[in-house]
Amino acid sequence: MTLPDPAPALLRLLVNGETRVLPCAPNETLLEVLRYRLALTGTKQGCDKGDCGACTVLIDGQPALACLTLATLCEGKNIWTVEGLADGPELHPVQAAFVRHGAAQCGFCTPGMLMSSVHFAESYTGSEAPEHGEIAHALSGNLCRCTGYTKILDAVAEATLEVAARRGAPGAGEEGGS
Amino acid sequence: MKTPPLPRDLERYADQARPPRETPGHAPVIGRRHGRIDGPAQVTGAAIYADDLCLPRMLHGKILRSPHAHARIVSIDVEAALALPGVEAVITGQDLMTPYGIIPWTEDEHVMAVERALFVGDAVAAVAALDEATAEAACGLIEVEWEVLPHVLDPEEALREGAPVLHPHPKRKGNLTKEIELSFGDPGAGDEAATVVEGDYFFHGTTHAAIEPHCAIGEVGADGLLTVHSATQVPHYLHRALARVLELPPNRIRVVQPAVGGGFGGKSEPFDLEFCVALLSLRTGRPVKILYTREEVFLAHRGRHPTAVHAKLAVDDEGRLQGYEADLLLDGGAYASFGLITTYYSGQLTALPYRLPAYRYRSRRAYTNKPACGPKRGHGAVQPRFALEVSLDKAAHALGIDPIELRRRNFIGENTRTVNELRVGSLGLLTCLDEVERRSEWKARRGRLPFGHGLGVACSAYISGTNYPVYPNEMPLSAVQVAADRSGRVRIFSGASEIGQGSDTMLAAVCAQELGVELTDVRVVSADTDLTPVDLGAYSSRITLMAGHAALHGTRQLAAKVRQAVAEAWEIEKKNVALAGRLALDITDPSRSLPIAEAFALAEARFGTLGATGYYHTPKDVHGDYRGGAIGATPAFSATAHVVEVIVDPETGVIGVEKVWCAHDCGRALNPLLVEGQIEGSCYMGLGEALMEHHEVGPGGRLLAPDLLDYRIPTSVDTPPIEAIVVEAPDAHGPYGAKEAGEGPLHSVIPALANAVFDAIGVRIDTLPLTPEKVLAALDARLEATTDEGGAA
Ligand code: FES
Ligand code: FES
Repeated sequence: MTLPDPAPALLRLLVNGETRVLPCAPNETLLEVLRYRLALTGTKQGCDKGDCGACTVLIDGQPALACLTLATLCEGKNIWTVEGLADGPELHPVQAAFVRHGAAQCGFCTPGMLMSSVHFAESYTGSEAPEHGEIAHALSGNLCRCTGYTKILDAVAEATLEVAARRGAPGAGEEGGS
Repeated sequence: MKTPPLPRDLERYADQARPPRETPGHAPVIGRRHGRIDGPAQVTGAAIYADDLCLPRMLHGKILRSPHAHARIVSIDVEAALALPGVEAVITGQDLMTPYGIIPWTEDEHVMAVERALFVGDAVAAVAALDEATAEAACGLIEVEWEVLPHVLDPEEALREGAPVLHPHPKRKGNLTKEIELSFGDPGAGDEAATVVEGDYFFHGTTHAAIEPHCAIGEVGADGLLTVHSATQVPHYLHRALARVLELPPNRIRVVQPAVGGGFGGKSEPFDLEFCVALLSLRTGRPVKILYTREEVFLAHRGRHPTAVHAKLAVDDEGRLQGYEADLLLDGGAYASFGLITTYYSGQLTALPYRLPAYRYRSRRAYTNKPACGPKRGHGAVQPRFALEVSLDKAAHALGIDPIELRRRNFIGENTRTVNELRVGSLGLLTCLDEVERRSEWKARRGRLPFGHGLGVACSAYISGTNYPVYPNEMPLSAVQVAADRSGRVRIFSGASEIGQGSDTMLAAVCAQELGVELTDVRVVSADTDLTPVDLGAYSSRITLMAGHAALHGTRQLAAKVRQAVAEAWEIEKKNVALAGRLALDITDPSRSLPIAEAFALAEARFGTLGATGYYHTPKDVHGDYRGGAIGATPAFSATAHVVEVIVDPETGVIGVEKVWCAHDCGRALNPLLVEGQIEGSCYMGLGEALMEHHEVGPGGRLLAPDLLDYRIPTSVDTPPIEAIVVEAPDAHGPYGAKEAGEGPLHSVIPALANAVFDAIGVRIDTLPLTPEKVLAALDARLEATTDEGGAA
């Protein structure tokens, strides 16, 4: 007995659209499973206790903190991480806007920030560009220490319109990120 | 006082300071708004940070920490920990006895406590095991017998006779790390002044709180060489310290810096985990990773020194400064860290951007049994800036002069020297003031807003790197190697640390500009001590200026070879060949051009392998020749002005920041987008310090808020709109005229906010942070005072 865990059971997840079956101990968090078992290190650990939002992923389309989520509770669920945002070589409009606007400095908060931003953009129903205050509210669980949020809000405001336009376009409208 | 003549080294840099060449038909890369070269990697999750690395056979380490603020280790028993299945090695202070410290004169740290632990959280032992949980369990099995000693948490008490001494030393007075007293100009100059503003200010402790926790991995290769991958902002100093403490020749060690998730000064010296992973991997022959918990990041700290300032400002009737005196007491925590420098900075950097005929300061730093303080964005200068800028506001108010006007009148000017003999080149402060005044509609609105609503102003100036390395030597402060080949690709090898500020992008832009390629044609290899020449690291806002100069120096030599080869082939003069837009161009004949890859091929054929080296040394003679005169000396100063608008709720005491205008003179913006990002980030961090952040140590030396929920940093809803205004006053000493932008814009936002609160509600709060409790207490006190007066009348 070297590992303190009991024998791990098998867990089935749908990660970025692919079915993954892997061993998982009852006390493992989704963050640990993503980073260490699936090598999806895009999702970051900033605090491991629910305070920073760096580990934000989408679970069945809703933003959730992977560090506070027990992996076994995600059995059969649809998980979306930063690695799944781009469509092949094409960046998601929110990703592209982040690069254009300089919305990432050190980039460490960025994956979690993007997941919350994509969720905001894709569920936005307004017809005008969203107000900064509205976006700020949606991103308030994601701490960024570098940017002062200004460029992040600019990026999301711009990308939200693009996402809306894409949704309206024929052939588009499949769930981009959820 | 007579202003000494400018030194002659200006010539040396004037050439490199010129703006980028405009080649007909091709926009310069320098000055262009573009995203980071690593942007796509960042937004796809492909960027690799230290904790993302996973090496074959890797073990995980944990560090056991002291539960006492001050205690002697009577004994340590590691037997039970070693016996735990899965544990591969345990080390204690006895295994690494060589002391170290970032400043060679104050090497007072050990990797783990050798005899005594000096604060709650001081490292005691470290374990390497198959997984983190086992390592943690093993830490719990280490038996330490402690003899608890009296501790001291207050700097004033620490300096008193009879206080427990943290670092007994024959040459040191008790807990005094450093004391400085300096006086410039006529000390009696302020005596006749019309207005004297005297007050006590307190700047609380704050910390960096980068979102990435520190992480390091040690690895011993098949060749026996030690590699340490670390989230550090100073690979070179880490390399030095590892060699010294592990007693290994430096050439047997390699330090590699992966992507770093924010530093702000918090990763700018060696930390216990880096030595622990190194020794544990040497002991086990396997890679070892240690990732700090968020709580450990708060303990490792090295954040802003809590500082008490007694300040006295003398001003004449016209609002002209007569003299300034400051008495500062810095709370240093358990170790010296950069404290020697901080103690100087807290005095030396205050003199700008004003003309002070007389300036005197005393600055003392005391050891206390708390996490050690060190450099945080704006190192040492942020705390005294608060005292000076609030004093100026008080003086303006007393004299009935507009606070912006008061600052204009006292501007020191360009190409001059400060009273403490620091050389000043360009300084675009007046433009900064004009900009924030105009955009905030200051003239129309200030003083006319309703109660609870106010505007405040403040200014500052900051260094673009310091003239002197941490340890004295004559070697370059930054160096690069540049290479190009027939594929049209350019590589630049630089020791500079990318920590989110955009230094790799800056290096690529210099290459692209000088060699006529696109940003995507440039590969930047940075911060790997085996692959890159030495750069001293990402601190004191030095990289754009210093590594930028080194890159210019190297790329221009390479470009000269390419241009010469093309000129020979075309049988024209070399000066008529330009490189731009992936082409070599004949500027006398627009129809003639050559793809850049072919131009490189011609040069390869003519000169052999295409490479060049470049380096940077600071100019000499930029400081006074008194003891300490070199500290604060820099090749170029930036300047900043802030206006902050607040709404204070007198019922709840809550301060709402409506808007921040920040105009910053960065010399020349090599990439305006990234410069704005630095300005916005700086303002944001300053606002947090002003309003909510507090690295507070409670009874017994325990941290009161060792997590990101209780150490409240501003979220997106707490952060007001920030208008970043880029002002350009090109400096003869900057590459293309550039100066710093990363730290300067933090300083003045804090006093500007405090001054705005006064404008809004008519009370001063001189103790940071400006919490609702303090606002209410100040309002109550004023109410009481006025009712008393009313009763007496
Ligand atoms: S790592 Fe999950 S919230 Fe910080
Ligand atoms: S970009 Fe560094 S924390 Fe957000």
